[in-house]
This record gives sequence, structure tokens and C-alpha cells, in this order.
Amino acid sequence: MPDPLLEVNAIDAFYGDFQALFGVSLRVEAGQVVAVIGANGGGKSTLLKCIAGLMSPRRGDILFDGKAVGGAPAFEVLAHGIALVPEGRRLFPSLTVEENLLIGGQLRRPGPWTLDRVYELFPVLAERRHLPAPSLSGGQQQMAAIGRALMSNPRLLLCDEISLGLAPIVVRDIYARLPAIVAEGLSLIVVEQDIAQALKAARQVYCLQEGRIALQGKAAELTRESISAAYFGV
Amino acid sequence: MRVEHATHSSRIGIAIIAIALVVFALAPFWGDRQTLRLLAEIFTFVALASLWNLLAGYAGLVSVGQQAFVGLGGYLLFALVIILDVHPIWAILIAGPVAAVVAVPVAALIFRLRGAYFAIGTWVVAEVFRLLASQISVLGGGSGISLPASAVIAMAPSRQAREFETYWLALGLTIIVLATIVVLLRSRHGLALTAIRDNETAAQSSGVGVIRIKFYVYVLVAFGTSMIGALIFLMKLRISPDTAFSVNDWTAFVIFITVIGGIGRIEGPIIGTIVFFMLRQTLADLGSLYLLMMGAVAIVVMLWAPKGLWGLIAERFGWQALPLQRYLVLTPKTEEAGRKP
Amino acid sequence: MGWTNVILQGVLIGGLYAMFAAGLSLIFGVMRLVNIAHGDLIVLAAYVALMVTQTLGIDPLTSLLLVTPVMALIGYALQRGLLNRTLGDDLLPPLLVTFGLSIIIQNGLLELFTADSRKLQAGAIEIQTFQLLQGVWVGLLPLIQFVVAVAVIAGLQTLFYRTALGRAFRATSDDQAVAQLMGLDTRHVFAMAMALSLAIIAIAGVFLAVRANFDPSIGPARLIFGFEAVIIGGLGSMWGTLAGGVILGVSQAIGAQIDPGWQLLAGHIVFLVILAVRPQGLFPKVSG
Repeated sequence: MPDPLLEVNAIDAFYGDFQALFGVSLRVEAGQVVAVIGANGGGKSTLLKCIAGLMSPRRGDILFDGKAVGGAPAFEVLAHGIALVPEGRRLFPSLTVEENLLIGGQLRRPGPWTLDRVYELFPVLAERRHLPAPSLSGGQQQMAAIGRALMSNPRLLLCDEISLGLAPIVVRDIYARLPAIVAEGLSLIVVEQDIAQALKAARQVYCLQEGRIALQGKAAELTRESISAAYFGV
Repeated sequence: MRVEHATHSSRIGIAIIAIALVVFALAPFWGDRQTLRLLAEIFTFVALASLWNLLAGYAGLVSVGQQAFVGLGGYLLFALVIILDVHPIWAILIAGPVAAVVAVPVAALIFRLRGAYFAIGTWVVAEVFRLLASQISVLGGGSGISLPASAVIAMAPSRQAREFETYWLALGLTIIVLATIVVLLRSRHGLALTAIRDNETAAQSSGVGVIRIKFYVYVLVAFGTSMIGALIFLMKLRISPDTAFSVNDWTAFVIFITVIGGIGRIEGPIIGTIVFFMLRQTLADLGSLYLLMMGAVAIVVMLWAPKGLWGLIAERFGWQALPLQRYLVLTPKTEEAGRKP
Repeated sequence: MGWTNVILQGVLIGGLYAMFAAGLSLIFGVMRLVNIAHGDLIVLAAYVALMVTQTLGIDPLTSLLLVTPVMALIGYALQRGLLNRTLGDDLLPPLLVTFGLSIIIQNGLLELFTADSRKLQAGAIEIQTFQLLQGVWVGLLPLIQFVVAVAVIAGLQTLFYRTALGRAFRATSDDQAVAQLMGLDTRHVFAMAMALSLAIIAIAGVFLAVRANFDPSIGPARLIFGFEAVIIGGLGSMWGTLAGGVILGVSQAIGAQIDPGWQLLAGHIVFLVILAVRPQGLFPKVSG
């Protein structure tokens, strides 16, 4: 079996004295879409922050393409090829849409994603390219945030709750474009509260409950009951 | 259940302080002129540093312009003595409230600034005071003025009596300043101040009236600083705008003393002043080199030991010299009632 | 001197004040740091120019070619080596460390150069004047200095809004964590901002040194002028800072006309009045 693209091995993560992750392990194969679901406060965002380099796991390690990236600062992790679409979009308010995209690309990794390709994927952004980022609607901001992350030509894209605060039709629209992204050779980790959407988009699913992996398996094989049980810790 | 303040170390601390007070009070009988002058200088710096510590370490108002009130106090003394023929000691006592009144509109203005901009604002205020002082020709204008002989003699007939008098004034004033600070910190307001020191945002959301407390502390500190300033210039017998409002003398040293001793702890300024004067006695007054060194040490302390010398010691051994912390003590009855079935 | 001349002199020196202010507000904008040693660094630049002009025998304006990169390098090292450690939520460390730095620079310069007053000689250009209008004469050097100040501010605007570095500054100022996520090493971004600030300080310092006498103790006053220009003009706006500097310069000039002892006071009073009635400044940037 080929080496996985991303290996997270039994990491513990803390916020000060509060432990958020307990021995969490996860694998992503190249070209795979993995979903991480779970109730609020379960540790999903914490997991992504550790992978992206915004936090350091206190124990365990994270291997990307065989290289140890756990504990490396975020800008180094980006250089390795992991990009995060942060929870809540977090576009830079002082920058225009285009400037936000350009910032995403300033690291200049080789790859297919350019400003034009991003505008192709999200035409509505092209129409608003010179507007200040905060003037966009929630869905448009989400697209801009994804585009910004794509501009660094990552090999692994981490999406933190991209459905948050968006109307279902908008969510479906965004998720409809994910396959095009994967087709370019990206792997995805999708953190989602919208279970249905997550199961549709992903092949492999992990459920985090209070900082522990409560369930994992192929999306097709998991039953509604087992997911509910894991989700709510019943 | 009750709140207690004392610990074993603070009881020892109180004992040491009581003994020290007796020794200092009797200093005119065992010390020579040099010693008295040095001790008086030490006392005034302890007072100034403690006041600055209250302002910056507890209320979070970092001022680099307290020289405004040191100079104001000095000039109030000279003005009252020279123009209104007030007895110098009364002049010191009047300087406090007058400065407090001045501090009110000043605070109203500079509280519009935040953080470091507030700090520079305090500096501007000091500059304005300095410039205004140089315009007052009856007080010597830009070159300054000496205290008239008549006022000096009014204090006491002989020079020795005067020196004893100013020494006890310095000691007394410093004790009052420190006592006021301790009483304040042990009070309800002190609890609020300590909360502000530890986490201002949390304090605010707990209902602490942060702005109002800061305002009162600013005015109170101005009160104390001016009285000390008046005393300092009574001892110097001469004042000029540059010496009265000197940043180096009244702010740089005070800040460095407090930082090195330990900001936000009441013992900090005392420790810092002791260290400062010990160094000065051993290294002699090297002037600008000394300031340079102190600045460097203060930076190092701020970055690697932000709680200062006292902070390091207190945390290591759990000491406190003064009974300021609050401990919840369970009485036997409470324990009984609280026992689980 | 006619009032037109007085006001003109005020406007021209306002350009210098605006340069003092520009470096200060640039740093505050990018990393929320107020550098108390700002004025003393201006004086340091003046002394560096003094050494350069004396050892190489060149004129002050040419010395800028060397002084500017030297100061920029000092700025980068200062930020990377010392000031980056002070950044964070706590207010005390940056304030006290830069205050300590201010005292260190002042006393260091005092030890090296003594308290003697110095001045840089720019030669004939210093006394050249020409007539702008009927009865209105303007010195060539003050005019050059004003034009340079405007150019510096225009340059800063361009840099901030049309270059990758400016984008990096704005992004880091908006959201440090996400900026890191985008591949920006914030330690480097902050150091670049400080380097830029010191480059501007270098220009301001050289002009200051040519214009008037300087000694190690005049730093704090320059900091205060820069600070007052920023507050009068309004936070966040570079052109506002220019306006603030001009208003300060004109106030001082008018004050000096009334009574020489009132020059500085007039400026401070205008500052305090603006603080009282319009604390956000005259031209604050409306946040987008």
C-alpha cells in the first residue's frame, strides 16, 4: 500500500491546561476526500489548526509526504503544501478580493492554480475582484477564502466548516465545485457540521467526540445509527 | 468562612518593617548628615516608584509623564512660599489637593488616548507644564529660583533642626503614601484594581467600573506625587523648569526601579529602590553611563523576568512581605455543613 | 515678517513633522507598536550622517545614500532581535522596552559625542532663497525638504496599496494568524516595516541635522511632534498625517511670531484642543 499523503499519529493538543485532543490519529491518501464530523467543541477545528501549523501538538506527530510537519509554523507548513481555509472565512478586510487571492499566492508554489483559474472556478469573484472583501456576501466570501487557499497550489486543502452560516443552496453550489478541485490532484479534509453534505462529498469519515475519534470508516459503509451514536456520545 | 490576608512570610515581613520603621525614625540620632540626606532621597524614590507602580502596575496606566506632577508640586511649593508667604510645611500639604484638582481636566483630556499613545500624551502634558513654568517670571522663568532665606528659617532656627525636620517629613510622607496604597489595595477598590491588573477585559465584564477607577487612581497618584515633589524641592532649596520636569530624574529612574524591582507587586518598588541605591553607592554616579546600564538591565528584566526581582523571589518561595493576598479560610462549622451525605 | 511668510515657514516645517509622524504611524498600523525611541532614532540618524559626512567628506544630501540603508538595516535587526519579543497582548513590554531603548540611545550618544550642539553643513543650498510671490520668499532647502516629505508620503501610499510588500503589511495588520497561514513570516514582515520606518527616519534625521542644531537630548521633542501630527491628522491616514504636520508647523510658527517663548506651547495647545474637541483627528481614515 502506498504511503498516505498525510499521517496524523496519536496527537494530543492543549489550550493552556485544557486538553482538546486525546491521541487523535487520521490518514489521508493522495486524491482522497476525508470528512471530519462531530458536535461543536469536539476538537475538529483544533485538529485542522494542528495540521496547518497554527497550533503545536504536545504529543504525537504529523507526517506529510513522509516529512514531519507537526509543530512547524504555519508559513512553513504552507510551503510543504498544506493550505487551510479557516473557519469563518477570515478574509483580510483591508484588502480587495483580488488582493486576498494574490496574498494567498505570494508563496509561489508550482501548480495549476492561478488567478485566472480561480476566477474560472468562481466567476462571481471575477466580477467583484476590486471590491473590498467585506462587501461580499457570505457565500462569495467563502468562495474567495477557498480561492485564496488554492492560490498557494497546495497538495492538501483543509476546509474548516465551509457551510457555516450559509444558505443550503449556496452550500450545495460550493460543494459542487469541490470535485473540480480534487480532479486537479488535490486531497481534501473537510470539517463539517452538515453531516449529509460531508457524507456525500467524502469517501472516508472520522467522527470526533470530545477530542477523541469515536468512529471512522468509509462513508458508504457507515450507518445513520452508528454516526448518531458516535456524534452524540450515546 | 472568612477572608484572611496574612501568611507566615507576611507576618515576618510586618515584623521586619516595624523594626525598620523604628530604626529609621531614630536615624537623626545615630546617622550623620550624609546618611540623613541619602535616606531621605531613598524614601522619596520609594514613594514615587510606589505611586507609579499603582498607576502602571495596577491600573494599567503607563505614564512617562509623572514628572509633570513632581514639578507641579515643586512649583506649587515655591509659589505658595514666595508669593503667598505660606509656611513650607503647609505648602507641601496644600500642593497635594491643588495638584489633584489640576489632574482632573488633564485626565479628562489624556484618557481619550489609549495605550502607548496615552503614555506619550502624559509626556506632552509634562512638556506643557515645563513650558508654562518657564514663562512665570516671578518664579524665575527659564533659569529658576531659590527658596528665600526667610522661608528656610521659618522652618526651624538651626540648620540641624531643619535637616531633622525635612528628614522626618520625608519618612512620614513616604509612610503615609505606602500606608495609603496598602489600605487601598486591601479594600474593595483594591480588589477591583488587582482584577484590572490581572486581566482588564475580564474585570470589565465582571462589572468593574474600569474607567472610573483608573480616573480616581490617576488623580490620587497625582496628589501623592505632587506632595513628594514639593518635599523634594524643599530639600533641594532651588527649582528650575529643567530640574523640576526632568524626564531622567523623575521618570526614567522611577520606571527602571519599578521594573527591576517588580511591577504590579507592592514590594517591587521597595526592592528596586534598594537595588538602585546599592548600585549607585558602589558604582558611584557615572552619570549617563549609569542610566544607559539601568536602561539595558530594565529591558532585559522586562523581557526575561517581567515580574522583576521580587516577582522571581516571591514566586520561588511563595513569600509576601505585606499581608495583601486574600485567602479563604474554612471554619469548622462550614466544613461540617459542606460534608457530603 | 509678513503673515504669509510666517504661515509658509510653518507649512514647510510641517513637512518635516509629517515625516517624523509617517514612520511612527507606519509601525503602529502594521504591528500596533508605538516606538518611544522614535525621536531618539531620528537623532541617531543625524549623528550617523555626521560621521558619514566627516569621514567621507561628502555633503549631507549625498550622505543619505549611505545613511538610509544603514538605518534600515539597524531597523531590521532591532525588530528581529529585540522588538519582536515584546509584541503580544500585554501593553507594558513594548512601551517599557522602547522607553529603555530611548534612554540608552540618548545616553549612548551623549557618551560618544558629548552634549555639544552640532549641525550639518549643506553648503550654498542652505542660504539660497527665491521669490514665490510678491514679497514672499522661500528658502530652497525648506522647499526641497517639503517636496521630499510629500514624495515620501506619496511613496508610502503607493507601497502600501500597490505592492506585494504593502499587501503583506495590510494583511498582517488585519489578522496575524491568517497572514501566517498564507505563508507570511510575520517576524520578517514586522522587521521590514521597522526597516522602512527607519529609512524614513534617516531622511528626516538628515534634513533635521541640516536645518538646525542637534544634540543627543532633542529626541523626545521630535517624538512628540510626530505624535502630535498623527493625532491632529487622524489615525490611519497618511495624507491626514501630512495635514497634521502642517497644522502643527503653522501653529508653532504663529506662536513664535506672537512671542518666541510661545512657539512650542502654541503647538501643544492646538494638539490639546484637537484632542478635546475631535479626538479622532481631523481626517481619520474611515475603516472599510
